[in-house]
Amino acid sequence: MTEKKIRVLVAKPGLDGHDRGAKVVARALRDAGMEVIYTGLRQTPEMIAEAALQEDVDVVGLSILSGAHMALAPRILELLKANGQDKVRVFIGGIIPDEDMPRLKEMGIAGIYGPGASTEDIIKDVREAVK
Amino acid sequence: MSLTQAVLEGNRLALARLLTQVENNSPESRVALTELFPYTGRSHLIGVTGAPGTGKSSLVNQLALYYRKNHDRKVAIIAVDPSSPFTGGAVLGDRVRMRDLSGDSGVFIRSMASRGSLGGISQTTAAIAQVFDAAGYEIIIIETVGAGQSEVDIARLAHTTLVVEAPGLGDDIQAIKAGILEIADVLVINKADHPGVENTERALRTTLELAHPTTRVFRHHGQAMTVAAPVTDSKLWIPPINRTVATEGKGITELAVSIAKHAEHLRQSGDWTARDRARLGSEMEALLQETLMARFFESIRQEKYEEVMEKVLNRDLSPYEAVKSLLNGRETGKEKS
Ligand code: B12
Ligand SMILES: Nc1nc2c(ncn2[C@@H]2O[C@H](COP(=O)(O)OP(=O)(O)OP(=O)(O)O)[C@@H](O)[C@H]2O)c(=O)[nH]1
Ligand SMILES: [Mg+2]
Repeated sequence: MTEKKIRVLVAKPGLDGHDRGAKVVARALRDAGMEVIYTGLRQTPEMIAEAALQEDVDVVGLSILSGAHMALAPRILELLKANGQDKVRVFIGGIIPDEDMPRLKEMGIAGIYGPGASTEDIIKDVREAVK
Repeated sequence: MSLTQAVLEGNRLALARLLTQVENNSPESRVALTELFPYTGRSHLIGVTGAPGTGKSSLVNQLALYYRKNHDRKVAIIAVDPSSPFTGGAVLGDRVRMRDLSGDSGVFIRSMASRGSLGGISQTTAAIAQVFDAAGYEIIIIETVGAGQSEVDIARLAHTTLVVEAPGLGDDIQAIKAGILEIADVLVINKADHPGVENTERALRTTLELAHPTTRVFRHHGQAMTVAAPVTDSKLWIPPINRTVATEGKGITELAVSIAKHAEHLRQSGDWTARDRARLGSEMEALLQETLMARFFESIRQEKYEEVMEKVLNRDLSPYEAVKSLLNGRETGKEKS
């Protein structure tokens, strides 16, 4: 029997083109032995939830540098739940002001990371979250 | 309700979860595959292979759109990307080119990592296709890793294999290996908007011509004459060459026609059944092997096996004699004198 692989969807919702962070994180997770599905830029919450379902991922990682996180995150959480994927853990990275963090955590976001975040921490947290 | 039943009823979450089980080769998945087996054998499996970056994913996207619009058939896509040999991880990026398909519940895209398999697909890709087949996806498109090697595994699995080339990626005949013709049912020159299409097509035609001569040259009164070669085998299928521009959706209808013609050819010639038989046959052989081995090791004491192995190591027994004696269960004779 093959060992169970951690499957992660890394997506960029919103309209900005900042994709470096998403790619850095995708590669780091791959190098940590995970299978990362990368969906590219300008994903709507619906597209993200649909991909998460088809790919049966354990984790959804959102990279948001546009400032639209307070609109996008709850919508994506809601759609995941509606699809029966309430066990999927959601992480966010990008430009997230400190004052938004408590509310995001409250919604159920598993981890939040800003510029300069260490990929080792991200890997550790993702592994911890799917245990 | 069981997972299989939910899958048969069209529950997409159940389908996604079963695919994971199958990919992990879990004991539950074996039960499920057995339950689903009677519902399989209805889909057309289309393989898409070719060197990295030739536009396979973009083509798959267009083909799926075509089948949805014109035939209203449910389409499943299995997109395989390589696993890192060092970490076992993978970045699966084919979905980036398939965004047009989102929001359509008649399409299901699943990305897979090759997980150490070298043939362009993973070991469980065939089983994943079986699940989609049972779940009523009439068209199943499988995009391979795209190592640029002749990927025989996909040709064995798919009914119709498309080999995708692009201008500029080695237009010379040298680069277009005859090997691809063993697996290609349809040749696609994608990126036909790029310069050099003519060269690529000429190179492909030359390679094709070598494999399937359509004309014959002979000497007549000292002059070379060209005549049409006799069609010796009515079952013969010569891979058509299709030009496409996947990013603009050009040439897709024609490509779909080639694919349909190939399916028709397989059905008429009996090759459809023959391929099915070959595929199921090798699946059965693999299982037989696995089961017989397991049964054998259950029936024999570990010490006995080691004992015989030792004799082989000392050149007292050939492997052939060793197997014979192990299967007979007798003590091994032939001592060193
Ligand atoms: C490089 C850059 C660009 C490049 C982007 C190139 C590209 N392809 O990515 C270019 C020049 C194109 C650009 C353009 C713009 N940019 Co700009 N850009 C930056 C800059 C300087 C660095 C971003 C970056 O790549 N960092 C490197 C990566 C590796 O870091 P990261 O993305 O932060 O990712 C890390 C973490 O955030 C986290 N992470 C990120 N994603 C994820 C995902 C998951 C799942 C996890 C777990 C973690 C995680 O981990 C990563 C590793 O540490 C930032 C400023 C800054 N210091 O962040 C501004 C910045 C993001 N840009 C900004 C703006 C406003 C713009 C423009 C609108 C400017 C304009 N007026 O034209 C345009 C928008 C263009 C567009 N189409 O969207 C603002 C955003 C403001 C805001 N959100 O409130 C910033 C913050 C600058 C600023 N201080 O004003 N930009
Ligand atoms: N000009 C042009 N570009 C194309 C065409 N088809 C695909 N592309 C581009 O070629 C690049 C690679 O396309 P993909 O569809 O990802 O190719 P692929 O063969 O799936 O790539 P891998 O999966 O990485 O092997 C992308 O930038 C596409 O936009 C085409 O017909 N014409
Ligand atoms: Mg691809």
